Amino acid sequence: MSEISYIQRPNRPLHVYAFGYIAFLYIPVLFLPLFSFNDSIYFAFPIEEFTTEWYRQMFEHQAMHAALANSLKVGAVASVLATVLGVFGAKAVTRYRIPGKKSLIFVIMLPLVVPGILLGVALLLMLSRLGITLSLYTVTMGHVLICTPFAMATLIPRFEGFDRAMEEASADLGANAWSTFWRVTLPMVLPGVVASLLLCFTISFDEFIIAFMLTGTDPTLPIFMYSQLRFPARLPPTVALGSIIIFVSFVVLCFSLWLRRYGVEESASDGVRP
Amino acid sequence: MRANDAYISIQAVSKHFGPVRAVDDISIDIRSGEFFSLLGASGCGKTTLLRMIAGFESPTHGEIVIEGVPMSQVPPYRRPTNMVFQNYAIFPHLTVSKNLAYGLRYEKIDKAEMNTRVGEALEMVKLGGFGARRSHELSGGQRQRVALARALIKRPKVLLLDEPLGALDKKLRADMQLELRALQESVGITFIFVTHDQEEAMTLSDRIAVMSHGQVLQIASPKELYNRPVNVEVADFIGQMNFIDASVSRMSGERAELDTAGLGRISAPTGEASFFQEGDAIVVAIRPEKLTLSGDRNGGREGVQGVMRAATYLGDRSHYYVDLPGREEPLVVAGSDSGPMDHDPLERGSPVLVSWADDALVLLPRDEALASASREESSSNGT
Amino acid sequence: MTQTHDTLRGRLYAFFLRSEPVRGFALLSPTLLIMLAGMCVPFVILVAMSFWTQHVFEFDTTLSLTNYNEIVDKPMYRVLLTRSLAISGACTVATVLLAYPMAYYVAFHVHRHKMVWIVLMTLPFWSSYLLRVFAWKIILGYNGAINASFMGLGWLEKPLEFLLYSPTAVVITLTHAWAAFAILPIYVSLEKIDRSLLEAATDLGDGPVKRFIGVTLPLSLPGVIAASLLIFIPTVGDFVTPALVGGPDGAMIANLIQVQFARVNNWPMGAALSLAMMVIIAAISLLYIWTARRFTEYGR
Repeated sequence: MSEISYIQRPNRPLHVYAFGYIAFLYIPVLFLPLFSFNDSIYFAFPIEEFTTEWYRQMFEHQAMHAALANSLKVGAVASVLATVLGVFGAKAVTRYRIPGKKSLIFVIMLPLVVPGILLGVALLLMLSRLGITLSLYTVTMGHVLICTPFAMATLIPRFEGFDRAMEEASADLGANAWSTFWRVTLPMVLPGVVASLLLCFTISFDEFIIAFMLTGTDPTLPIFMYSQLRFPARLPPTVALGSIIIFVSFVVLCFSLWLRRYGVEESASDGVRP
Repeated sequence: MRANDAYISIQAVSKHFGPVRAVDDISIDIRSGEFFSLLGASGCGKTTLLRMIAGFESPTHGEIVIEGVPMSQVPPYRRPTNMVFQNYAIFPHLTVSKNLAYGLRYEKIDKAEMNTRVGEALEMVKLGGFGARRSHELSGGQRQRVALARALIKRPKVLLLDEPLGALDKKLRADMQLELRALQESVGITFIFVTHDQEEAMTLSDRIAVMSHGQVLQIASPKELYNRPVNVEVADFIGQMNFIDASVSRMSGERAELDTAGLGRISAPTGEASFFQEGDAIVVAIRPEKLTLSGDRNGGREGVQGVMRAATYLGDRSHYYVDLPGREEPLVVAGSDSGPMDHDPLERGSPVLVSWADDALVLLPRDEALASASREESSSNGT
Repeated sequence: MTQTHDTLRGRLYAFFLRSEPVRGFALLSPTLLIMLAGMCVPFVILVAMSFWTQHVFEFDTTLSLTNYNEIVDKPMYRVLLTRSLAISGACTVATVLLAYPMAYYVAFHVHRHKMVWIVLMTLPFWSSYLLRVFAWKIILGYNGAINASFMGLGWLEKPLEFLLYSPTAVVITLTHAWAAFAILPIYVSLEKIDRSLLEAATDLGDGPVKRFIGVTLPLSLPGVIAASLLIFIPTVGDFVTPALVGGPDGAMIANLIQVQFARVNNWPMGAALSLAMMVIIAAISLLYIWTARRFTEYGR
């Protein structure tokens, strides 16, 4: 291609490396669907017969369904709460002159730089001191804490990206703060809200260690799967479910990217954020 | 103006941002139906003042009164003002019609009337048929009209305009200025217009407040501002001006004898100027177009001898730069091209005679800040 | 609106309108309070408890350094802490080194459909972390993919046993699991580099290698630094990976901490271990940022 400049001229070894790296990223993930159709409870080569037995078992597995439902509930509530907190926080830090803003943002962003095990342990200690019984509520609380910084990080650029004169114009035309929020602010940041909900839900749905420390008698899906991993006989249906989850999350991600592309015009750098 | 004439009364208003005094103790009375401009370089506090009238900023001190009602406890959405924003702030998620109808929801009117008013407003700004478009499908001029219609549809008592023509190119700007003035005359409400463009302010306004560093320097009609500026900064900001240092050597009745650097000893009418006494240092200001050039040999005329340094051709007129003895900067003289100079081209280095009418001289107090003000002026022009 | 004038409510409202910080704080407070309650309160309790001691089923709440003394004295704690740091460090280095050329390729050599490549690189990370780790168990296992295929090719007589349940397995798995956290920051920092700077370097006589060392690498260091921290901090405290593929030799500090709250039931010890881990991570991170900053400033 003649339009390519000197700096960007093709580099064959790098090209090969790139494809190798992509293979390194994908092959392990693709092993799961492969083995979910393998007619053996042992996850080892050689591959035996093709079977859909594990998918059938999966559909009959009550405990697994319960865990899946738990995770969906926790993920839904946590992502909504975290996104609401993120919208409040992002609007406050982008729209008002607040003294000490930087340190306040740091406090909110803290969970991003704290290992999950530490947060899990600390929350466990607090809850036991307060005499609160562990349950899905406590897991949800922990997930709100780790999701809120991600919600903020997703929403702040959205708020920065639109002119605050829009909100002033709304107030000028007679809308009070509440009305302005619903009629102008929310529609303008909606793509960010959707992205935040998806991101937070995925984080919560996948989160293990905090849920592991804070869960009561009802396991979330990752905890349930972890408990199954030790028993070979129980593993294949779990892997079948895992394959389905991988497939669904790929579809959802592609859909959300498509949504972003056609929903709003965005700069290329904006699209980098997951 | 009597105090009860004031429709909008800005009373000793200040706005501090931390240590910065963006607006510093300003009082202005604006009449009903007036086209009033706030003119000044960027950072002079004009936009902050406008935003305080709209209610987006609260005064640190002072009060803004509209139709006798103090505004400090009235939120923006209940004020009888509407604003045209600098970048128009057209809601991108709504169509043009929905943008226009946005504010009508808060008035108790039915759907049919709402549609009628939207239609009328679109016609008023010549955007009939554009109702279904969105912000990104409009040109700059069209966005400007939408913003104008969206504000006017609320039938405000005061329309606030924050540099609404700033984003348009020069040709479109001139057209929009005419339209804006015509519109203001037809709707008959008060317009408060913020601009840094003195020509624009002169073209549009009934009265102008010239602002600098958070303070008002002068409030006057364009004509008065041009012909009778009250200080060097205003004179320097509005149009082009020659400044000549002078000292008052003698005062007699309505006239004063001045010793000037460059024009020698001259006599000038003092008019109402009473800020100086004999022996004071003052500044004499003269507009370039109020000076006349003639060949040196035009005997019998009064004036000052100078030497032509350079000439610039500006199309409709020319500027001549004349060196005067005892003055470092050349004197700028504007001449029309169809004048006598055409027949007698003034060459560089040739001697010329500069003359002026008696009323061309404006006497101003010497301003120590002149040097710094003119420096800022040139730097703000540069950006 | 005339009614509110001069009433107390009106005055309060005027104050509220006037004071922007007050309105800002009001809006920020729900988020801030929840984060403070959820982060700072537990942290204070954690610090306090780390100075307590466990007596069978009761806490001895007299403050003492017993737990910390034990962490310093008992080799088991030291070994696990150092091993966690070493595994994490190795994984960070490996992830960044492997991801850099990939990010470089997309930033400089992909001209069309960049977005497709970015999606392609991040897609695997949206699937379950637990299952991705488990997938490596299949690959590295005794009859796993590597052993099976190498034996099938006749390169091996009998399966390699050291692949699974070892620190190496943990490093390999983490390197895969955290790749996105290296690719994205590095890619963004490379993409930001003004192409004319590279042309200027070439124009001034740099060959490709010198240009990379002199211009591209220093300018992309912020991305490398961000990537390193994003990977190092959480992986030190990772629980799942060592638990699934680490075996006894690959166990890390998080596994030990978790045991204090379960089988061992020594909560104060668990608190002290968590805190010790956090302090060490913070110290290393700050030192790293400090060194990196000095280096980048010097480099420019």
